[in-house]
Amino acid sequence: MKVSIYRYNPETDREPYMKDYELDTGGQDLMVLDVITRIKEQDPTLSFRRSCREGVCGSDGMNINGKNTLACVTPLSEVAPGVREGKKPLIIRPLPGLPVVRDLVVDMTMFYDQYEKVKPWLQNDRPKPAKERLQSPEDRAELDGLYECILCACCSSACPSFWWNPEKFLGPAALLQSYRFLADSRDEATEERLAEMDDPFSLFRCRGIMNCVAVCPKGLNPTRAIGHIRSMLVQEGV
Amino acid sequence: MVTSATSLGRNGLYDWLMQRLTAVLLGLYTLGMLGFFLFCPDPDYQSWSGLMGALPMQVVNTLVLLSIAAHGWVGLWTVATDYLTTRHMGGPATAVRLVVEVLIALALLVYVLWGLVMIWGGA
Ligand code: SF4
Ligand code: SF4
Ligand code: FES
Repeated sequence: MKVSIYRYNPETDREPYMKDYELDTGGQDLMVLDVITRIKEQDPTLSFRRSCREGVCGSDGMNINGKNTLACVTPLSEVAPGVREGKKPLIIRPLPGLPVVRDLVVDMTMFYDQYEKVKPWLQNDRPKPAKERLQSPEDRAELDGLYECILCACCSSACPSFWWNPEKFLGPAALLQSYRFLADSRDEATEERLAEMDDPFSLFRCRGIMNCVAVCPKGLNPTRAIGHIRSMLVQEGV
Repeated sequence: MVTSATSLGRNGLYDWLMQRLTAVLLGLYTLGMLGFFLFCPDPDYQSWSGLMGALPMQVVNTLVLLSIAAHGWVGLWTVATDYLTTRHMGGPATAVRLVVEVLIALALLVYVLWGLVMIWGGA
């Protein structure tokens, strides 16, 4: 099969280019990460990130035939019809909207800065209980669909509002995390958290395009979380 | 918290609500106008000026005019801050954006004043 990969080494290349590789997969339905690993055996200069190879660490987010996803949990048959059979090329690019460090490795600083801005930790100034702060099973259930995020950045780097205003708009991943703490019965900083977000950019730049929902490899729904925060803001502000 | 000098309410919630409320009003008004033309297929000057000259309609038209201005401003301000940025066009972006925003504001102001004259000026 033909594999076309984005290559860029800022030290030697004037500009990025696509490099084509041939790989015999024997018709197997390999994960895209396995394909890239085999190509790296052919060409050791190819750079990419990966660690867990099972959709847990979030380090191999990349753009595969136009869609952001984790290479390690994406079989060829799911990329597009004909890719596994070798009738169509596999096209791999780095996550869009983030500066390229080299080949498929992007600089995630902007993404982590947004994450930091939402203060992603529990804030609670009440005296510490002897053992731990307990939650009822119902309160705990509020966090389902929020805590599973692995910060792979597939969603934010698929979001046009993130591309245009990454310094001002928080992006779907950070907003999902913000709601993860707003929804937590043990967190007491609700007002402060909301007050940080009622400007025209931080949250309200979301246009409900739902690219984030379409790509999240963990099946999470940042748009819904953003909607919940917006309702909280409306309730506070009206 | 991101602050922006040129946003109308300087508050995203306010802008967002404004955009929704004015959209509802403009939508209803459009339906009403469609209704008028459907049920009065041959509108002459008499029926038209009878409709538009009535006080309730003058009030509605004023609200609609202000809604168009508010809706247009929030929407176009958003477009300007998305696309007329240093990210897209480098150094001159801020100056360009400011000029475009002033032009938009001026155009909307002229529309509102001109519209008010039409609505309340009598004819
Ligand atoms: S729904 Fe909002 S956050 Fe998600 S991709 Fe669209 S604009 Fe971005
Ligand atoms: S919400 Fe999904 S796509 Fe976004 S960072 Fe978390 S796991 Fe990745
Ligand atoms: S390698 Fe860890 S998520 Fe893919």
